[in-house]
Amino acid sequence: MRVEMFTFLLTAAICLAGSAGVVLLRNPVHNALSLVATLFGVAVLFIQQGAYFLAAIQVIVYAGAIVILFLFVIMLLGVDRAEGFDRDPILGQRPAAIAVAVAILGLSLTALLSVGSRVTGQASTLAAIDGSEPNINALAKVLFTDYVFAFEITSVLLTVAVVGAVVLSRKAGPAIDLGEFPEGTTADLLEARHAAKTQRHEAEGDDSQGDDLEGDDPDDGDAEDETTQEALR
Amino acid sequence: MTSILQTSALAGILANDPLLSGEVGLTTLLVVLIKVVVAFVGLLLSVILMVWFERKVIADMQNRFGPNRAGPFGLFQTIADGMKLIFKEDLMPERADPFVFKLAPFLSLVPAFLTFAIVPIAGSFNDGLDGVVTILGQQTFMQVADPQIGILLFLAMSSLAVYGIMLAGWASGSKYPLLGSVRATAQMVSYEAALGLALASVLLIAGSLSTNAIVNEQSGFRWNVWMTGLVPFVIFTIAATAELNRPPFDLVEAEQELVGGFHTEYSSFRFAMFFLAEFLNTVTMSAIIVTLFFGGPSGPTFGLTNWVGVYILPFLWFFLKLLVFLCMFVLFRATLPRFRYDQVMDLGWKLLIPASLGWFLLLVAVRVASDQGWNLPATVLAAAAGLLAGAFLLVLSIRASAAKRAALSLPGEGS
Repeated sequence: MRVEMFTFLLTAAICLAGSAGVVLLRNPVHNALSLVATLFGVAVLFIQQGAYFLAAIQVIVYAGAIVILFLFVIMLLGVDRAEGFDRDPILGQRPAAIAVAVAILGLSLTALLSVGSRVTGQASTLAAIDGSEPNINALAKVLFTDYVFAFEITSVLLTVAVVGAVVLSRKAGPAIDLGEFPEGTTADLLEARHAAKTQRHEAEGDDSQGDDLEGDDPDDGDAEDETTQEALR
Repeated sequence: MTSILQTSALAGILANDPLLSGEVGLTTLLVVLIKVVVAFVGLLLSVILMVWFERKVIADMQNRFGPNRAGPFGLFQTIADGMKLIFKEDLMPERADPFVFKLAPFLSLVPAFLTFAIVPIAGSFNDGLDGVVTILGQQTFMQVADPQIGILLFLAMSSLAVYGIMLAGWASGSKYPLLGSVRATAQMVSYEAALGLALASVLLIAGSLSTNAIVNEQSGFRWNVWMTGLVPFVIFTIAATAELNRPPFDLVEAEQELVGGFHTEYSSFRFAMFFLAEFLNTVTMSAIIVTLFFGGPSGPTFGLTNWVGVYILPFLWFFLKLLVFLCMFVLFRATLPRFRYDQVMDLGWKLLIPASLGWFLLLVAVRVASDQGWNLPATVLAAAAGLLAGAFLLVLSIRASAAKRAALSLPGEGS
């Protein structure tokens, strides 16, 4: 058997097993790990097609950043335990999901069998990557000449998304008086705040235990938000 | 048998190496095997010596003897410790996730080994040799692999190393390891950005991702450390220290706060694997710094092209440069106090990332100016002015947000 075929079969098996694991396993962390296995398999498939740069980016961006963020959120939210799925959260979700899955499978198979290799993009892939210069040079040339507007618009889109996320997630507060910047670093400010808080508590007596606990660790972003709300009220 | 690999994926990922450009026969496989074994054994040996070296230097600085029982000067202390760890009982907490708990040490160890594959450790870069050596009649580079993606492999592996630490903490089913691993993940993901941006400056100068080409381009003391103007090197070194979770960025295993950090619940050989991975990473990261900024194994070979000029002298240069950075990491550990967590995040996000991005843009301006024949000083001045304006706005916004937070939470103000 040729090495290529062997690699393909092995990688395809890893990809499929990983995708099945994403859907079937009960623990969210195990799901995320299965996703990593699938992404890795896809990266190896990219290498087999001669798309080395894409393979590297696949590992760095998807496995190295996006799934890490998934895991981070899973751990921080504390949903990392098996959940019971005895009952559908939305009525009729399960039959609907099965129907849609069967429909997608049917469509894909029909397209694949009736049209042939054009659907998988085989022709265009071979045409673009075939050449003696490294992938990254070829990609960069195309990206910064023919598709420069699409490229720049995508980057603007991402920036807009980031700014939007920040604006949506922050709480409104009073405007800052630009003439009255306190001197010193953030750490000094936090210390001053903490000292003032302790003083206030001593003056008022121990009326809010929870608030006091939060005041004790100024590093915690969530606690800070809550104290901010407290102050706003 | 002679050409099974010629068109296969393996030949592709090792593409730039002349070894795999033609027919791939048994001799070629043998050469690859020799290189893999030499790199593996060499790396393990270097870790054993590094652990000993670090303990000795720190002991000296603290007016102690350090290890001095096993072997001459205590050289075999690391081996003794390793043997002890292998024979200890392997414990697993009751609430641990068994599969992930066992998987995590391997996820730490494997990326640490793989990164070293792209580091050139010898080969003459003078007299137009371009680092090519001849082993068993086959022309090749003195590195395990020289893939097209080159240094991106290092970035990929360092982003995968996060998994080992993160999953170890989570799978332990215990509070302190989880806190340690959450800290580690946030820190490593943040500093990866600064690391990548500092790397981009080097790639801009070198014009290639291949480590062989990066080293070749630096031969004759055109080292990237001054070709890129020192700033990327400083940022890269700081970010690398944070990426390694070594002091002063060792919040991951801050003993006073977190018992032992992410590996608190690990014992026996699994703990040894984390320990090994940490020191492997230190050695590999030093080697990467040497490769990227200090010309790797390139250096004067005095016109020799025999085995002394091709193997011994370049390896000596590489080793000496490597030693400087290993000493640097040990001195960091011996002298610097640990950062507080908010300081780590401030340094990464508010200083290193903007600074590396700004410096990269400045280098781009210089490059474009020289390509287009613009007036170089004027271009640099204009670019620097723009970047300084950006920096001023950034400082202003950071202070504004700090002021807002303080104003909101101080009693009597804001509400």
